[in-house]
Amino acid sequence: MSQTVLESLNQALHRMMQADERVHLIGEDLLDPYGGAFKVSRGLSTAFEDRVWTTPISEAGFVGVAIGMAMGGLLPVVEIMFGDFVLLAADQLINHGAKYSWMYNEKVDVPLVVRLPMGGRRGYGPTHSQTLEKHFLGAPGLAIVATNPFVDSGRLLETATLYDRRPVLFVENKKMYARRQRLIDQGRCESMAARVSAGPYPTVSLSFGGFEMADVTLVAYGGMAELAVEAAERLLIEDERYCEVILPTSIQPLEMDAIAQSVARSGHLVVAEESPGAGGFGAEVISALPAAAWAALRAQPQRVSALNVPIANSPALEAATLPDVDDLLNAMRRVAPASSSRSATG
Amino acid sequence: MVAAERKEQPEQNEERIDPGARFAQMEGALSEKLYAQMRLIRRFEEQLLERFDRGLLVGTTHAYIGQEADAVGVINHLRAGDVVFSNHRCHGHYLVWGDKPEALAAELMGRSGGLVGGRGGSQHICDGGFYTNGIQGGIVPGALGLSLAKKVRGEDAVAVVFIGDGTLGQGVLYECLNMASLWGAPLLIVLEDNAWAQSTPSYREVAGSMLERARAFGLEAGEIESTDAEDIYDHFGGIIEDVRQSVRPRLEVIHTYRLCHHSRSDDQRPAEEVEARRADDPLPKQRQRVSGQRARAIEEAVEARLLKAFEAAEAQAQPSIEQLDDPLLRGMPGPHT
Repeated sequence: MSQTVLESLNQALHRMMQADERVHLIGEDLLDPYGGAFKVSRGLSTAFEDRVWTTPISEAGFVGVAIGMAMGGLLPVVEIMFGDFVLLAADQLINHGAKYSWMYNEKVDVPLVVRLPMGGRRGYGPTHSQTLEKHFLGAPGLAIVATNPFVDSGRLLETATLYDRRPVLFVENKKMYARRQRLIDQGRCESMAARVSAGPYPTVSLSFGGFEMADVTLVAYGGMAELAVEAAERLLIEDERYCEVILPTSIQPLEMDAIAQSVARSGHLVVAEESPGAGGFGAEVISALPAAAWAALRAQPQRVSALNVPIANSPALEAATLPDVDDLLNAMRRVAPASSSRSATG
Repeated sequence: MVAAERKEQPEQNEERIDPGARFAQMEGALSEKLYAQMRLIRRFEEQLLERFDRGLLVGTTHAYIGQEADAVGVINHLRAGDVVFSNHRCHGHYLVWGDKPEALAAELMGRSGGLVGGRGGSQHICDGGFYTNGIQGGIVPGALGLSLAKKVRGEDAVAVVFIGDGTLGQGVLYECLNMASLWGAPLLIVLEDNAWAQSTPSYREVAGSMLERARAFGLEAGEIESTDAEDIYDHFGGIIEDVRQSVRPRLEVIHTYRLCHHSRSDDQRPAEEVEARRADDPLPKQRQRVSGQRARAIEEAVEARLLKAFEAAEAQAQPSIEQLDDPLLRGMPGPHT
């Protein structure tokens, strides 16, 4: 059995702290036996007592402390208990950490990672279920990386921590922690053809029918990744049509190559995100499409996102608010009705 | 937390600056050295304001006129490896720390040879362990983090952060007082209480006691009410050494007065109040301790240096668009997955 996303992240933290004494972990309630709200930090304070800083409830303060530590030669990894709370540290991230390297003419680096457990579907209600990284999109100097089960989450975290000299928001999805990683091996992921882009933060492309068959391109990230794959599978089973799923992990800067190439093949684009869509990831993907991909589009791109309301505690209301597999399927059918698809006409 | 063995690696991409060693090597008696530094700060600021009036600079600037004794009293005690985090009113602090009026002038005039290549301007400069940012309160966590990094790496260093009376309104400051105390940070918070937060007098913005705010979190706290450079210099010598040895945070308040406006053309303070405080101007106070002949020699040297500095800055090119390179888009080193 493969590792869960949680196990992958936890083991990566153990490996990194073992290998490099500059790595420090900072956040609320991190000490064993509790080990952090979602247990990603379990065991670390026992193994590395001096390098796990359990903090008061002071997000602005300890994110700023980690910025200073990064400037001072350490490699801090901050855990925000619920990603929602990162807004308390927005000033530190946008007006301080993200700016220092550039505004000091690159005399300093801020090699900081801020881990953000985001997302809903667990009944935590309006202030503990959001997917908020879109509010940091477009802040110069800040990288945003979102993991998913189709990449090695621990390895991604290692790259961000040990090799990236920028401040990185590392987006995890709460629902995803317990999921098993579904890694790509020799161009395959289970019954799908798979491609992985080069680069430190890969984009994964998945296809049930082979990449030359694509009727529609579905771009998703983070917590929407597995829903997108499920929607692609249903599109094949129910409609006998092919969806290519593109899963970038570098959300800022946006990794557009695989998306553009897929759209050029399929002519149809659906973008999906768990947050409300306005001003978000999907809008960025659509507006960042290069001219060649626009020319290939045969219909207006479709955006799937949450309703623009807070996330309710009630399971029924939460489910109605957040985008699900049916929403993805419906959007694909809207953007690429059977009559317009290449497989149907060709 | 115990100090881990320091890992050898380049800490940052630049040299370290040692203000204490430079001060020790300066010629002359203590009184003369302090006067020379204060005179440099004062005349730098006056020339800057004059250039603003002539339209040679953009944006704004926050002059330090009246507070020069604080900078020379504190920063001359620091040494290589120590760090300073300063704020919007940073020119005086920087001139004592880095002693490069040429590079500071170029930065303020937006030139490519400025301290940060014209990217930062008045409020955002950096040089050899000296950092500034113009966001009130927001610099304190960074300074705390730097002090803790130094401690973790086994360095015998102190971080000094300069805040003002206006900063006392910011919540993140109190988060940091708490963590600094809990974690035993070698952090000195120097609060320059100049009686006014922009156009708001202290009595309208600070409730209760400045010192008790820090003491509530377990920090040592003290204060000095003076614009006498030698008093302040003597006061801080022991305090900085104590922070270094005890590895404990401390808050120190200097009650002073800002003789100039907050930034530019925004002075609504009662004229009689400002006039009365001119008697406390630290510069003539320090000049009295220096012989007339030495004072004149210092003044001539300062004028000549500043003339050259501003002329050199004005002669420099503006940064080119090629320098607007975004490291975020440039990619990063490291393994490819």
